[in-house]
Amino acid sequence: MGRYVIRRLIQAIPVLIGATFLIYAIVFFLPGDPVQALAGEKRADPIVAEMIRQKYHLNDPFIVQYWDYISGVFRGDLGSSLQGRSVSEMLGEAFPYTVNLALVAFVIEAVVGVAAGVMAALRKGKFLDQLILISTLLVISIPVFVTGFILQLVLGVQLKNDYGIDFFSVSFNEDDGIRAYLLPAFVLASLSLAYVARLTRTSLMETMRADYVRTAVAKGLKRRRVIVRHALRNALIPIVTFLGADLGGLMGGAVITEKIFNMHGIGGLIAQAVYQKQGTIIVGVVTLLVLIYLVTTLLVDMLYAVLDPRIRYE
Amino acid sequence: MSDTITKDASAPAGDNSPKATPAKKEKPERVASLWSDAVRDLRRNPLFIIGGVLVLALIVISIVPGWFTDGSPFANGACDLSHSLERPSAEHWFGYDVQGCDIYTRTVWGARNSIIVGILTTTTVTVVGALLGLWAGWKGGVIDSILSRITEIFFSIPTLLGGMLIMSMLPFAGNAYSVSLVMAVLGWPQIFRIMRASVLSNKNNDYVMAARALGAGAGRITFRHILPNAIAPVIVVAAISLGVFIGAEAALSYLGIGVQPPQISWGLMISDAQVRFLAAPHVLLFPAAVLSVTVLAFIMLGDAVRDALDPKLR
Repeated sequence: MGRYVIRRLIQAIPVLIGATFLIYAIVFFLPGDPVQALAGEKRADPIVAEMIRQKYHLNDPFIVQYWDYISGVFRGDLGSSLQGRSVSEMLGEAFPYTVNLALVAFVIEAVVGVAAGVMAALRKGKFLDQLILISTLLVISIPVFVTGFILQLVLGVQLKNDYGIDFFSVSFNEDDGIRAYLLPAFVLASLSLAYVARLTRTSLMETMRADYVRTAVAKGLKRRRVIVRHALRNALIPIVTFLGADLGGLMGGAVITEKIFNMHGIGGLIAQAVYQKQGTIIVGVVTLLVLIYLVTTLLVDMLYAVLDPRIRYE
Repeated sequence: MSDTITKDASAPAGDNSPKATPAKKEKPERVASLWSDAVRDLRRNPLFIIGGVLVLALIVISIVPGWFTDGSPFANGACDLSHSLERPSAEHWFGYDVQGCDIYTRTVWGARNSIIVGILTTTTVTVVGALLGLWAGWKGGVIDSILSRITEIFFSIPTLLGGMLIMSMLPFAGNAYSVSLVMAVLGWPQIFRIMRASVLSNKNNDYVMAARALGAGAGRITFRHILPNAIAPVIVVAAISLGVFIGAEAALSYLGIGVQPPQISWGLMISDAQVRFLAAPHVLLFPAAVLSVTVLAFIMLGDAVRDALDPKLR
């Protein structure tokens, strides 16, 4: 296992370098001048502009700039914005919101999604199954931002005005602690939740037909034990794959949710950075997200071995 | 997100013998192929019929929107500020938006961009992903490793952030074609992976060996033998992603990086209506409902295709 993990980590390096290179190149060739963007509408003072270019090595050829950047990343230095703030510091401010949001969404997605899928699979063709199938199809069809607005209206406004329940708030308020994250996280999770529910249903229905489940029933095990220990454990493998790949997706998708609920996570940071053509910020955010993606896929692969002891990594 | 389908769909492409439904009396000798089975299944599937009728209607609307509305939303005097935010009425089913434009007219004319993006992106992604996947799966070795690493890089970049970046790089951003291009650039790796897996599982089958023994060249074997047998899972995923891409276009337009005004897009209409959602919900809800129905129609079609091409799932 140890050697496998090390090999995977080494394999991750070219992916990390490739992704940062790609993003860096795109930012480099973006139309517009970042130094001019600093000055806003006015024409930038040529001497000051030249000084800033010198300071941030903006006159160097692309490959030199990229080399400086990537060697800095491996030393743990993500560079600084053109305003002179360190990118790590900016990420440290914005990322916690996005990470919290994504984690709460992930828990909602996993718990509610798997529970709904199990209920549907065990009552195949019955009312509850149909209800779950239809409602998940609806959730998949309605765009996330529309779901967001509607929930904002119903739970954030009408619940408060009509019933006096002031639980969910329209706009994100940090002081509310985890309660503030619930509604945005549910919106963020809704689409994946529907996929997880459907995937769990299909996967569990398939394993319920397997021989080992029949054997378990024939041994006289309790229904609960058969379902949880025998069927569900085997059915979880595709679900774990999906959930693992989705954690990174949730953080990327948080851009929309953050905009709806007015949160100051990476969404706003990156939109501003694209607008000002601040390459170091953009690449910093993406590098972090790519790292998260690589780590979660590695964790997923290691989880396989836990769920199914036949899978071994040498 | 449609990794869900991927896992289930990869296996049965070439093998259709277990489902040898007794052919109809008129043609006793006919052996049903996977494709003719699929067509027969589709014709009997209510999901396919409902989805198909809706999609056909949408395509007609997007080609000749003038048949369904009185005037063009781009005409002089199409909008009248004195009607601003008027509620729906018998003459104006969807009411008016803040500029006093008829929402029904705009919704009808907005169909074109969504349909273009959906179809164009799906076609590009399928052709590029399938060809590269075929190449990588067939050749193996260095080409396979390089292409697989490249897809990994693309997979690790979050879609929305990547979309924002590429969109701001394009010189002709802001129309349906640039949106399609951006989504295709970020979307092809998924099809690539499915195609590659499918080719790998088909490559060692006896019919390939037989074709080779008969002296068929590499081109003939890949395109005449492997491609038709390996394409089924790709078509399944492509059919479902059509709806997903239409939803994604709306999301990009909502973030302000998709289709730009004065062009009409449902995502843009929803985004504009968002500010006054509490005061005038109909301005947001009508385009949102039409968008959802469109996505739903394509997903139903895709689900039907999956059921038809993947008998194992039943």
